[in-house]
Amino acid sequence: MTEEIPRLEALFIWFEDTAVGAAVRESVWAFAVIESVHLLGLCLLGGSILLVDLRLLGFGLTRQPIAGVAAAARRWTVLGLSIMVATGIPLMLSEALKTYYSTAFWVKITTLPFAIAFTFLVRERMTREPSLTVSFRTRIVAAVSVALWFTVAAGGRWIGFS
Amino acid sequence: MIERFLGWLGETPWSVALLESLYAWPLIETSHVLTLALFAGTAIMLDLRLTGLGFRDVPVSAFVDRVLPWTRAAFALMAITGLLLFYSDPLKYYQNLFFRVKATFLVVAGINIGFFHARTHRTIADWDDWPVPPRAVRIAGAVSLLAWSAIVVSGRLVAYNWFECEIQPQPAFVNWFAGCSSGGAP
Repeated sequence: MTEEIPRLEALFIWFEDTAVGAAVRESVWAFAVIESVHLLGLCLLGGSILLVDLRLLGFGLTRQPIAGVAAAARRWTVLGLSIMVATGIPLMLSEALKTYYSTAFWVKITTLPFAIAFTFLVRERMTREPSLTVSFRTRIVAAVSVALWFTVAAGGRWIGFS
Repeated sequence: MIERFLGWLGETPWSVALLESLYAWPLIETSHVLTLALFAGTAIMLDLRLTGLGFRDVPVSAFVDRVLPWTRAAFALMAITGLLLFYSDPLKYYQNLFFRVKATFLVVAGINIGFFHARTHRTIADWDDWPVPPRAVRIAGAVSLLAWSAIVVSGRLVAYNWFECEIQPQPAFVNWFAGCSSGGAP
């Protein structure tokens, strides 16, 4: 009689057995170096997200139209997010089973799709409106954006403490 | 001398309590990392503008006047949380190779900022809305981008004990730069 392994857990065991996962885990330097690049991605993503959210709250680049600030920040958000995903996947694969048992990981990974969807659908659509000015609505959108990304980032950092 | 003082500092009750705490240390460390998004994030946005890589429609003065105060406030938080983390294990960080690399690049970043505000920034009226600023401004932005990137990376690597004084043998340069030979290791 063998104990049945839940299918999701089996998937995470498979993640850990992937060539990339094994390579990162067995290297002395790889995890540390990839993690460092992950943090540089955080600076780009966080900085470009916050620049627009500050503007929507009525701070920062208030002399510039919202649409202009959002359009200029967009490429850096996309670049930062791309760096974070590209580095986050190998980090996760290298310790997949640990992440499976980490509450912080599940908080992060379930909030992430909402943060991405909110940024590129809801916030994006609003900031494209010409002559948009700071209002209760822009403040709410900025607050939700900050809250979602804060949850993702804090959850990500906390994986390391579990 | 410094080693003895830091050794004593690390044995003070608050330092021991902080290092052994279940939640205080991780919460301070998390604050340190998350504030990075506001501090380094907004600093990088300004640097992208200075190098002409981004935000070409926004006058540089708008970043300096309206965004830099946020960068400065976030830096204060980074410094406070960073000093608390240092206080939790002073001697270990003092003799950590990556901590010293980070401190070196902090000095580089500081000199770059000082030079920019004392010299380069004075003529801002001439190039405030240039899509691509003059060479000296672009260099200041590039040096800042490289220095802060190096600070973020070396800061993250402080967590690794690859070059700890207790772990020998190490290359002579490592022992010299980490200050291992000066009798600090017990």
